[in-house]
Amino acid sequence: MSTTVKTPIGNVEPAKPRLNYLTNGHSLKTWLLTEDHKRIAILYLISVSFFFLLGGSFAGMIRWELMSPAGNVFESDAYNRIFTAHGAIMVFLFLLVAVPAVLGNFCLPLMIGARDLAFPRINLLSWYLYTAAGTLILISVVTGGVDAGWTFYTPYSSLYSNSNVSLCLVGVFIGGFSSITTGVNFIATTHRMRAPGMTWFRLPLFVWAQYATGIIMMLGTPVVAITLLCVVFERTFQLPIFSPELGGDPVLFQHMFWFYSHPAVYIMVLPSFGVISEVITAFSRKRVFGYHFIAFSSLAIAFLGFLVWGHHMFVSSQSMYQGVAFSLMTFLLAVPSAIKIFNWTATMWKGNIHLNSPMIYAIGFMGLFLIGGLTGLFLACMGTDVHLTATYFIVAHFHYVMVGGTVMGFLAGIHFWWPKMTGKLFNDNVARWNAIVVFLGFNLTFFPQFVVGWMGMPRRYHYYYFAPEYQAFNIMSTLGATVLGIGFVVPVCYLISSLFKGKPAGDNPWGAHGLEWQTTSPPPTENFYYDPIVTDDVYDYDPVAEHEQYLERQRQLGAQA
Amino acid sequence: MAAHTDSPVKFQYHDIDQQNDTYIIGMWSFMVTEIMFFGGLFLIYSLYRGNYQADWYKAHEHLSWQWGGVNTANLLVSSMFMALAVRAAQRKDRTSVLAILPVVIGCGALFMAIKYWEYSTKIQDHLYPGPSFTTDPAMVHHANLDHAQLFYGLYFGMTGLHGVHVVVGMLIISVLWLKWYQRKKIVTEDFIPTELVGLYWHFVDIVWIFLYPLFYLMPRPYNLIEGGH
Repeated sequence: MSTTVKTPIGNVEPAKPRLNYLTNGHSLKTWLLTEDHKRIAILYLISVSFFFLLGGSFAGMIRWELMSPAGNVFESDAYNRIFTAHGAIMVFLFLLVAVPAVLGNFCLPLMIGARDLAFPRINLLSWYLYTAAGTLILISVVTGGVDAGWTFYTPYSSLYSNSNVSLCLVGVFIGGFSSITTGVNFIATTHRMRAPGMTWFRLPLFVWAQYATGIIMMLGTPVVAITLLCVVFERTFQLPIFSPELGGDPVLFQHMFWFYSHPAVYIMVLPSFGVISEVITAFSRKRVFGYHFIAFSSLAIAFLGFLVWGHHMFVSSQSMYQGVAFSLMTFLLAVPSAIKIFNWTATMWKGNIHLNSPMIYAIGFMGLFLIGGLTGLFLACMGTDVHLTATYFIVAHFHYVMVGGTVMGFLAGIHFWWPKMTGKLFNDNVARWNAIVVFLGFNLTFFPQFVVGWMGMPRRYHYYYFAPEYQAFNIMSTLGATVLGIGFVVPVCYLISSLFKGKPAGDNPWGAHGLEWQTTSPPPTENFYYDPIVTDDVYDYDPVAEHEQYLERQRQLGAQA
Repeated sequence: MAAHTDSPVKFQYHDIDQQNDTYIIGMWSFMVTEIMFFGGLFLIYSLYRGNYQADWYKAHEHLSWQWGGVNTANLLVSSMFMALAVRAAQRKDRTSVLAILPVVIGCGALFMAIKYWEYSTKIQDHLYPGPSFTTDPAMVHHANLDHAQLFYGLYFGMTGLHGVHVVVGMLIISVLWLKWYQRKKIVTEDFIPTELVGLYWHFVDIVWIFLYPLFYLMPRPYNLIEGGH
């Protein structure tokens, strides 16, 4: 959208500084009762970061415990509660929420030229639901913890566990509705709130990704909500639903749980794909390669994601033929993911690449997600999966996808849009080095887990005295986790310090395209001073002119410094 | 946007058409999530009914198809009145809307009253699952007691969740009535909000249309047709 025609109403350059969304009201009430999608995104950013650091500290406890073959500090029961807390907090309160609710909330209306999401009050409601969910899960963890694992398999969770399962499940249930309302909001917004001229195939790929995510949230989340509610029914109202002793089917729980929870992986990673599409294009200063393929591969992933849940259940009671079908579907699902990776690579080819921090995170994402995706094929294959099920190979695989995918995408996006969100530039040199630290720390943490999982180390055990040869790998992993932990804390520091010391960002510090870069940083409450009209294709970069503009900006920045 | 406070068009929309289109797509999306939500329970139901056809048939004979039928008719009538209310809203006929909506709420209340009575008799007969579940095979018409317990577990779970939706529907309709009573422009100028509340009510109705035959009107399975019990 290089030439977006605007309909000016009044002065083009305001004489006095206008209020932006951050300065428009300072009281706590204007924040807690805001209907502004940008403020809600900031509320989400704060709460999501809190739960990420909390979930991370549980991961730290796990790594500490596993340094010695006999288990360092915890008893089995305490360890069960720790890894459950880590999983439940990270999955339900960070991964599922982070990119859509923070970056999606902030960027989606800006990108399509709308004043706000379709339903601002429901958007605020979703944050309150999320907060309620977080509070309940937090209470369940603090007052004794949950030991059922984040997957809450029946009949253990429904009949035998004496921990705070019900409270935690009610929390997850409420969090599900936060996710549903976000999804419905995104779908309605994408359909009906686009600016004049913003056709479907001019939508930024981030919007396509959010739209596909919204579909999964809409179709999948209610199913897991009812599944978990059934477990709550069983525990509190004694309604037998999955009870095997009465003829109920506990494996049915697994089917229904994974019917959502496999697509949920795409709720986590599709929005990150969207971020990566934006970042790679912006920092290659080049039109994205295969726009339609990337857009439709998001929808294909959303669709196929619903047909592969059985690959979590190869060693359950499901029939071999069912397993074969699910295995084939899973291999098929690798195709749209690969399309994305190839298209991003092709976008970078002969691009005018700028290695700013978002781009380094994005490139790191591609490397890590590639490893995560390829090791997924080992697990999609029934023969190898039987050997690898419930080992650290699985743990490493899904951390490569979820941390390497979602968290790297989240960090790339936060760095990319931080100047837009706050109007301040952060220290990009520190950020670049930090991106490399995160990448290295991540690999040091999780690559050894592939090896030790292949050797047979089971997950969810807090000791391995029977196989002391695992120790070297576990120590490597703990060392990596320490590096990774530092890599996650440092951005908090320099991003917050940029709020006070950062230089003003200007409207478009990265020289990127898209409507969100055409308004001020931070944007005004109504997003645009003029109603935007889109007349041009998305990502319409002119590499030569772009580079000259970029050099000019660098010179200006140098002169300011 | 001070200029907009008097208008039913919210700040984020350009005009009333965009707002209505958005409301409609939002509400239908929400309906999809509701269908998936109940769909999970229907899946459980179909699996267990397939597994335990004969036992579930026997257990279901204790439910009163007559009272269930009364409730079905009651909900259908309430849906008709809801449709009339929407029609009245389209004609901007405030008096009719204010008169009809309480009838819909009344039907909902009648439904819940009958449901309450049905639940009470089941609980008195020790048909609520759990430790107090009946040990008398005659009570479940000689079905396997465990499988009968599964049947009643889903009966209470599914009709209970439906009941929650009825109550929520009654609350929403009350709010809608209040907005009409207060002459809020969001409802009086424009019938879409009324129509969407109606959509929700019809959805609640339709769920019951499925629940009624599934729980009250089971056909006799083949293995019970000859010989019987």
